[in-house]
Amino acid sequence: MYSGIFSAEALAEALECIKTEIPFAIWETFYVTIAATALAIIIGLPLGVLLVAGEKNGVAPLPSWVMTVLNVVINLLRSVPFLILMIMALPLSRLVVGTTVGTKATIVPLVVAAFPYIARLVESSIREIDPNIIEAAQSMGATPFQIIAKVMIPESVPSLINNGTIALTTILGYNAMAGILGGGGLGKIAINYGYYRYQYTTMYVAVILIVIMVIIFQTIGTKATIKCDKRLK
Amino acid sequence: MIKIEHLSKNFKVGNMDIEALNDINLEINDGDIYGIIGMSGAGKSTLVRCINMLERPTDGRIEVNGLDMGNLSDKELRAARRDITMIFQAFNLLKQRNCLKNVCFPMELDGVPKAEAEKKAKELLEIVGLPEKAKSYPAQLSGGQQQRIAIARALATNPKVLLCDEATSALDPKTTHQILKLLKEINQKMGITIVIITHQMSVVQEACNRVAILDGGRVVEEGNVSEVFSNPKSDAAKRLVMPDGERYQKWLGASSERRLRVVFQNVQNIEKPLVASMAVEAGVIATVLSADIQKLVGDKAGTMLLGVSDEQFDSAMKYLKTYEGITVKEVEDFV
Ligand SMILES: Nc1ncnc2c1ncn2[C@@H]1O[C@H](COP(=O)(O)OP(=O)(O)OP(=O)(O)O)[C@@H](O)[C@H]1O
Ligand SMILES: [Mg+2]
Repeated sequence: MYSGIFSAEALAEALECIKTEIPFAIWETFYVTIAATALAIIIGLPLGVLLVAGEKNGVAPLPSWVMTVLNVVINLLRSVPFLILMIMALPLSRLVVGTTVGTKATIVPLVVAAFPYIARLVESSIREIDPNIIEAAQSMGATPFQIIAKVMIPESVPSLINNGTIALTTILGYNAMAGILGGGGLGKIAINYGYYRYQYTTMYVAVILIVIMVIIFQTIGTKATIKCDKRLK
Repeated sequence: MIKIEHLSKNFKVGNMDIEALNDINLEINDGDIYGIIGMSGAGKSTLVRCINMLERPTDGRIEVNGLDMGNLSDKELRAARRDITMIFQAFNLLKQRNCLKNVCFPMELDGVPKAEAEKKAKELLEIVGLPEKAKSYPAQLSGGQQQRIAIARALATNPKVLLCDEATSALDPKTTHQILKLLKEINQKMGITIVIITHQMSVVQEACNRVAILDGGRVVEEGNVSEVFSNPKSDAAKRLVMPDGERYQKWLGASSERRLRVVFQNVQNIEKPLVASMAVEAGVIATVLSADIQKLVGDKAGTMLLGVSDEQFDSAMKYLKTYEGITVKEVEDFV
């Protein structure tokens, strides 16, 4: 199957695809990943904060049944394999964006899959904060909300950015998988050309582009993490 | 004024009940620099954390400036905490904020407008001697500098009481001295009552006017620093006062007195008979400034530092020279 990857015919096919479909696919992958990550952060960040702040000894203790429900839901969603979760979430797509196919429709299952993951990442970032610093804020008369907004989140920004980058690249990978179920972007091209049409050269082009996007996201994320961490200077 | 009445605190760990504080009664007056000293695990941190209710007492009452701390609503407690601020062994500065913003933090919590807060923060940085560090981050500062920033932060809400939990324990002796000097200045200039928790005698001696000695969750001795130190009564106080010997003696003597060092060899009863009999037989009143007695294979040996007035100095020397088992020498300087 690998012979002929560099044959003139294969290269011509790939070139054709690069000219026609790839630019738009890159854009689709890019915006779906960013949009899904952003929405998942909007849901996952507060939940992650609650996982720490709402604990029995946290700054804003919640009833224990609330914490149990929260943990069970997050664990359930985290344990279902992405492709299956996506199939399960398709009815939700219809509800939210009115369709189950196409690029927009994949954002919904991506968010459903990603927000519990992000909640856990946020939880781990917030747990890294020295509890003495939180206690110092309490000793100064900070309200629970002030502690969350002015201590917990700002103090964990570098770790949040670092974990956000991990989430972003993971969602990019999910997004590529979504190509199987009718999502657009580079994942769809890789599957259509490589799996259905045996045009491996085109498939490799798509895969390499996905890898390059991951590398770019990761590099930017790592740089941003280091740049904003005032502990390192 | 801080009044601590019958304060007890138990911690439940599994089904074990740890008694961290047991029936503590203390009064700390306005303007005091009050030392609370004890060995590790004595309950010092627990005690100081009860004062601002970071730790809820199991029993007893704490009154700060007339407020019954245990009976405040959450909101009232937060307001009270602006008047009772705290500094810590680990400084606990916000690492992602620069120093100016750290000092602004308590004012920000209080809703003070930004410009006003920054102005005040700059003044406070002047007071603690670090105006040039406004834009630096805590990680760029030495421990002593971080503690100064923490002090500035603790002063931002114009507190009446400053609690210091092992605030100098992470610092070298010279830096400790500088921080204590700063605390004394703050106490004098701003009239802030300071409570200093420490396990170091030298800290109490240098900075405090009153001291309580905590041992096993109880106050075993309490009083003016010079009294407690020159005449420790409890075992815990003796353990704390004696081991470091003469390091403190210079500090202890009143300046008008002359000092005599008495060294014992093979003597059974040391302190009382000597000082008392000198008073009775020679009419010399001497103060015991410090005493350091060790048991060496059955025999007791040690030194005692006496202070006597100039007029009585000669009679004291004469009397002591005839006393059996001791040698005596005037001490002019301890370095
Ligand atoms: N949160 C807690 N849970 C259980 N036990 C505790 C807790 N805090 C303190 N203790 C116990 O209470 C006792 C007093 O502790 P505390 O921290 O007040 O001592 P300390 O005098 O400050 O000691 P150190 O000089 O080591 O700081 C110790 O036996 C300690 O183990
Ligand atoms: Mg302690």
